[in-house]
Amino acid sequence: MASKTKSTLLNMVLTLLIISVVSAGALAYVYSITKKPIEQAQLKKELDAIKEVVPDFSNNPFEEKQIIDAYNGSGKIEVYPAKKDGKTVGYAVKTFTEKGFGGHIEIMVGFLPDGTIEATKVLAHSETPGLGSKMTSEKFKSQFRGFNPAQKKLIVKKDGGDVDAITAATISSRAFCDALDRAYKTLKKEGLIK
Amino acid sequence: MNQWQNFLKGFIKENPVFVLLLGMCPTLGTTTSAINGLGMGLATAFVLTMSNVVISLVKGFIPDKVRIPSFIVIIATFVTLVDLLMAGYTPALHEQLGLYIPLIVVNCIVLGRAEAFASKHGVWLSFLDGLGMGLGFTFALFLLGSTREILGSGSILGYKFIHGDGMLVFVLAPGAFIALGYIIAIMNKIRKA
Repeated sequence: MASKTKSTLLNMVLTLLIISVVSAGALAYVYSITKKPIEQAQLKKELDAIKEVVPDFSNNPFEEKQIIDAYNGSGKIEVYPAKKDGKTVGYAVKTFTEKGFGGHIEIMVGFLPDGTIEATKVLAHSETPGLGSKMTSEKFKSQFRGFNPAQKKLIVKKDGGDVDAITAATISSRAFCDALDRAYKTLKKEGLIK
Repeated sequence: MNQWQNFLKGFIKENPVFVLLLGMCPTLGTTTSAINGLGMGLATAFVLTMSNVVISLVKGFIPDKVRIPSFIVIIATFVTLVDLLMAGYTPALHEQLGLYIPLIVVNCIVLGRAEAFASKHGVWLSFLDGLGMGLGFTFALFLLGSTREILGSGSILGYKFIHGDGMLVFVLAPGAFIALGYIIAIMNKIRKA
């Protein structure tokens, strides 16, 4: 084996400098080529979620995106109007809650113009796998299809509402309702839905 | 040691998870399902192989006193590359593994092989060592992930074969320890037989 470079100060500084510069260059290059796919993946994810929660639309919801303060000032929610032939068929709302078992949860929820929930889709969560993570399951989500918060209470049954909580994950279920409630009340306050 | 043994030792004889017990954090944390274990294992295998190769190439230029910082920078670079590439091209898997990808940097198995093997051997042997160890790690994570998924969710690779829930404890953290313990016991029996 070739003789090792001696551990003098100059050698050490130079070695680390060269390694860092080469690494930084490689990272910058890869960052520049992956930047676009990463952004597209993000956009696609949101667009897929919007498509899933509102009826068929023909506009580009991203162009008409509105950012609105939540009704109680607890943050901002994003509203994507879905229109078909110029007529509003629903609103996809990116709402959130901080009350999850694992903290922050982001949910895309679709409302029809009369305030009925069309569908929901969880965008991001850190709930316990196998328990709270079941809020992404069809079994839990399907009860919100056609749910109108004006007629039914958006609270879990345990607390006197009309929502079936997930077994052994009441906190996650409450958080889910909290996020939906935030979206509903905000849209109502803004006069977007009845 | 011939080349084959060098490559194969990572699977059974010196398996990083079952025998060396290195890299326990991602092992226990990400193996809630078979596919998560596989993804995490392959990401680590890539980092391990690449960092072994690069380190064996530059080992002659690196002064002894700064070798660990140099290794860490090289490893961190590859981890960030994997992170960016996965976020761009496999967003679904990236979301599942999330936090654990950056943590490959501090996975002791990567620095361990760099220090114990790549800094003393040539490029080809280091490549085989990294690949063997990486695939051994992948094999271990896949096995653990499958076990936990079968027992905990009653499914394998996402295909459900029972109605309702499995034994929930296996999906949660304690189940990871229990399953790992039994697998290690079985592996010890096999190795000594």
